[in-house]
Amino acid sequence: MKHEMISENQFEPVIVAFCCHYCAYAAADLAGIMRLQYPPNIKVIKLPCSGTIDILHILKAFELGADGVFVAGCLEGGCHFVEGNIRAKRRVDRTKAILDEIGLGNERLEMFFMSSSEGIRFAEVAREMTEKIRKFGPSPLKGV
Amino acid sequence: MIIAKQKPLEEIREMIEGYEDILVLGCGTCVAICMAGGDKEVEVLASSLRMADKISGKNRVFREHTVERQCEWEFLDGIEEKIKNADAILSLGCGVGVQAVSERFPEIPVLPGLDTLFMGMPMEEGVWAERCSGCGNCILDQTGGICPITRCSKGLVNGPCGGYRDGKCEVDPTRDCAWIQIYERLKKMDQLDKLYASQPLKDYAKMAHPRSITL
Repeated sequence: MKHEMISENQFEPVIVAFCCHYCAYAAADLAGIMRLQYPPNIKVIKLPCSGTIDILHILKAFELGADGVFVAGCLEGGCHFVEGNIRAKRRVDRTKAILDEIGLGNERLEMFFMSSSEGIRFAEVAREMTEKIRKFGPSPLKGV
Repeated sequence: MIIAKQKPLEEIREMIEGYEDILVLGCGTCVAICMAGGDKEVEVLASSLRMADKISGKNRVFREHTVERQCEWEFLDGIEEKIKNADAILSLGCGVGVQAVSERFPEIPVLPGLDTLFMGMPMEEGVWAERCSGCGNCILDQTGGICPITRCSKGLVNGPCGGYRDGKCEVDPTRDCAWIQIYERLKKMDQLDKLYASQPLKDYAKMAHPRSITL
């Protein structure tokens, strides 16, 4: 895969980012418009609202070999659907508990809140998450 | 409806030890509403079990299926095809569902994936509360529609006990005193005179197990 060609010497994780249409996805878009560099390990999936995220979406991403997943929604109090991002946070917390039970560990999953004007923050989050998952190493579920 | 809670994954994994092909069978009625054993919970549990297996170096088969209702044999007729290759059924039904599936398919082990807890109702998203104990002798007409057998910690039929503080129970201060709620409800309905009548001793023989009804 393309991202595996970034470096021959280090592990390049696959990270799935579930981004809400109004904020996080727009922030990712802005990061692109601003020509900000961030690791291409992030595979963005657009959601109409982070509140549409389901525990199953996250589990399936891991089951199919993702090394890390993050869900990014609007700032707390700023959800365009009032409280979709808060619901998403609750589902992420529940999924973290499931990942602990499975033995994968909850650190491979994170929730972030950001506004559509935070292109710089999106790039930062992408870098932080990539570095963090790189330290954990490949998911033991690779190749399921 | 019947409220149940999924067993910890570790306990479920211990239970299915020794089986290689397992059908995770959900129930689309009560336990689906309380988010313990419906279609989605079946998918989440099967996915979790597959991942836990992969991490521990196992490779068992987890099939997924949900029936509308496990506690009626008519709804189980369609799953014969699904269990053809399975060594065991991991039922996400309540205790009734597990037993109904066991009786319908006596040749295959049926394992409980849930702990069945009580008859209750949803209070808010993710919160359920017990409302009925199935005592077999309903007195809700006398108690303002609030069941003291279930909602009073001591199950008193002639309360309150005198241990309440600020409308809360002395057994658990986070719990509302059922008899204070009964008083408030009867007051609203202008039926406080019902509290003068003393309830006879409760006939707990009507709760003797196992019970059955023949119409």
